[in-house]
Amino acid sequence: MPTASNPGDITLSIQSVAKSFGGVRAVIDASTSVRKGEVFSIIGPNGAGKTTLLNMISGFYHPDDGTITFDGKDITNTAPADRAHMGIARTFQNIALFRGLTVLDNLMLGRHVRMKSGVISSFIYWGMAQREEIRHRERVEEIIDFLKLTDLRKTPAGALAYGLQKRVELGRALALDPSLLLLDEPMAGMNQEEKEDMVRYVLDVNVEWGNTIVLIEHDMGVVMDISDRVAVLDHGAKISEGTPDEVRDDPNVIEAYLGSSH
Amino acid sequence: MAEPNTIPGYLLRNETDASFSSLPAMRNKDLGIWRTYSWADYVENTRRFSLGLAALDFARGDKLSVIGNNRPRLYWAQLSAMCLGGQSVPVYQDAIASELAFVLEHSDTKVIVAEDQEQVDKILSIKEQLPALKWLIYCDPRGMTDYDDVIVKSFNEVQELGDEFRTKSPSYFEDEVAKVTGDDIALMAYTSGTTGQPKGVMLSHDNLILTTRIYLDHEDVRQSDDFLSYLPMAWVGDGLYGLCVSIMIGSACNCPESPQTLMQDLRDLGPTGIIAPPRVWEGMLSTLLLKGADASRLKRKVFSYFQDVAEKTETLKFEGKPISGGLKLMHAIGEILVYGPVRDQLGLRRARWCYTGGAPLGPDVFRFFRGFGINLKQVYGSTELSGLATLQPNGEANPDTVGLPCNGVDVRIDGDNSEILVRCAGVFRGYFKQDDKTAEAIDSDGWFHTGDAGLINENGHLVVIDRAKDVGKLTDGTPFAPQFIELKLKFSPYINEAVAFGDGHPFVASMIAIDFEAVGKWAERLALPYTNYMDLAQKDEVRKLIADEIRKINLRLPEVSRIKRFLLLTKDLDADDNEITRTRKLRRGVIAEKYAPVIEAIYGGRQDVQLALDVTFEDGSRSQVESHMTIDEAA
Repeated sequence: MPTASNPGDITLSIQSVAKSFGGVRAVIDASTSVRKGEVFSIIGPNGAGKTTLLNMISGFYHPDDGTITFDGKDITNTAPADRAHMGIARTFQNIALFRGLTVLDNLMLGRHVRMKSGVISSFIYWGMAQREEIRHRERVEEIIDFLKLTDLRKTPAGALAYGLQKRVELGRALALDPSLLLLDEPMAGMNQEEKEDMVRYVLDVNVEWGNTIVLIEHDMGVVMDISDRVAVLDHGAKISEGTPDEVRDDPNVIEAYLGSSH
Repeated sequence: MAEPNTIPGYLLRNETDASFSSLPAMRNKDLGIWRTYSWADYVENTRRFSLGLAALDFARGDKLSVIGNNRPRLYWAQLSAMCLGGQSVPVYQDAIASELAFVLEHSDTKVIVAEDQEQVDKILSIKEQLPALKWLIYCDPRGMTDYDDVIVKSFNEVQELGDEFRTKSPSYFEDEVAKVTGDDIALMAYTSGTTGQPKGVMLSHDNLILTTRIYLDHEDVRQSDDFLSYLPMAWVGDGLYGLCVSIMIGSACNCPESPQTLMQDLRDLGPTGIIAPPRVWEGMLSTLLLKGADASRLKRKVFSYFQDVAEKTETLKFEGKPISGGLKLMHAIGEILVYGPVRDQLGLRRARWCYTGGAPLGPDVFRFFRGFGINLKQVYGSTELSGLATLQPNGEANPDTVGLPCNGVDVRIDGDNSEILVRCAGVFRGYFKQDDKTAEAIDSDGWFHTGDAGLINENGHLVVIDRAKDVGKLTDGTPFAPQFIELKLKFSPYINEAVAFGDGHPFVASMIAIDFEAVGKWAERLALPYTNYMDLAQKDEVRKLIADEIRKINLRLPEVSRIKRFLLLTKDLDADDNEITRTRKLRRGVIAEKYAPVIEAIYGGRQDVQLALDVTFEDGSRSQVESHMTIDEAA
């Protein structure tokens, strides 16, 4: 893992970032920090700016204001691909897989940033390039085993059920060997059984492989169950942060979710 | 060197004998790659685990359970127990916790070896009910980091304990193996128990080894052979046809990656022999036909043409009629174009023998595979017989029988109720802690009462017809086996459920519930309008369709057991109406009571019957439906 920090150290730090789209101020002023090895959830009502914040962490958007540091390096204006090299991987709210490629190939593609062979040596497939491919395949097979995708290796991703595609997406993100994993609503649209499976995998990834996880999720039960800490956004600003219990009892949060008249 | 007489004895032979030690003994597909263990690796792994068990105080007579999918480590664990003079008690991996609790408690299991976290959790949830349990050992470390229960250990830890133990007592393993005798119990397999609680069937080393020798007498199994170990480890067949055969012959057992990847693994491996229950064969066939439906028009035409050729050839062979030169030629072409490639697709290209057993397989499915050049045969045996009693020789395969008694196996039909009695080297040593049940099952002359009713046909083949307790008699004294007839009826695609009557009556009659979907499609093809099940079942055309089916089935039945009269039910038999169990077994008592007027009408010679039936709708509401059913004569 490309990091020298210890568990509990701050790995990702967000300092008063803001982002507007035209007149819409999606994120006004958000500051928070994520510690190494934790499951950190970002929640909030629809349109609170959760995905925008996540997109700024992964580099899809650049903040208008504020700074983001990852493992001590300022990455505010770093390109997404470079962030992937640094160890940040993500999944998307709407599945973004290569539908015609097999599960295995989708995952191998996830390894791409970790591959060094050039086009020509890969084409010849000899020596270094061959050894590298085998090494990466081994890692991908570990992920396939971990996510119980063994029977679907050769199935085109597009032919899979929704819940399975989500799992493959998680696998592809894991194939980057990220130290920080960003999950954008990994359980959205799933039935109860699929959700429970996904929660299990997310927790296993966190516990067994030690990935730090930033999770955006709508299902409060899931969030409160698996998060170490939770940040609540409302109208682009952070209104609360703390352990699930602290957040649950915070009057600001109750107001944001249920309205002040309750 | 003298032939060993215990399973551990064979293990040591395979390790020291140079013609075995470096050959593959077991393969396991892990992370997408088949990993091979030679006999030397295999025995060394067993020895290390065995000594680890010894360090944990596992001793002669103790019991070890394995739970999980087929994995090398679980096989080694079983063998480790046997090497120390202990017993292996494999349990079904998909059993729910309460079922497991009964077996594990009853068997006094001291050590459980579980495949993974899921199984560990299951065992921990019933730990309080298992006073004899001392250690719970897991194979796959995934998800196991936070388990701090003192009884939980990893497979590797136990092997390391074994290494330590070995430095102190280097010859312990060999000494213990030498103490094992043929009379020691090696395996205790619990019967699935369709009636009452499961019973622990005790099988000795002699039972297993002698039965395996009988089997090897009949089938040409070679050292270079590959067997796919995918059936539950708790089933005696996996122990016999997998483990014992492999250890005695030196052939290899191969563990699939996961139950879901089975078909792919089968194709990867191309085993030389396979045992599969009927549902696996049926599944293979329907997958094949389903995939075939997506093929191009030309391919579909070719396939269906040669399927016809195969079926014709097989039927002629079966009836012992000569096959014309033209048909032979077409069959040879089909072999190149269709049959060979299909066998390859299924992973059965190298298979010299394929078995089905445990339940009847439909004749159409049977004929399909045979027609495509797959040597599918029936085998019959029960746990109490170490898994083998009769087998079909090559060239005498037949969907109706279960084969000839093997050499050294005596089979007799009991006069009173046609029960099949078997006496052979494989007859078990008794039910654990249930001497009364043992005395019921094995009589004073050593015959095991199978509980199945059967007959020996003109070719000497055994035919299993029913459970003995269901067999009755027609008024003229002819034995009547309802299930035998019902199964034949249910092999028709148009018949969903069937009930046969005859006990205490002059002839056999049947009530039939049509398969709504299949008959509905058939009716649509004929542009036959219908409104619902009741309407469809009473159409003249449908009654004629079923009459034709019955006529065909009657041809395959002995004269006296032929169905004389039948009627089509106006509703399907339903578990909600208490007529069948959730696993679709008939509740004969309920049916006899509920349909008493129907039975009376059939045997009273009436042409139709009026019956008010209680039906339960899906939402749970009940109502009475008055229905009128016509009784037909079967040709």
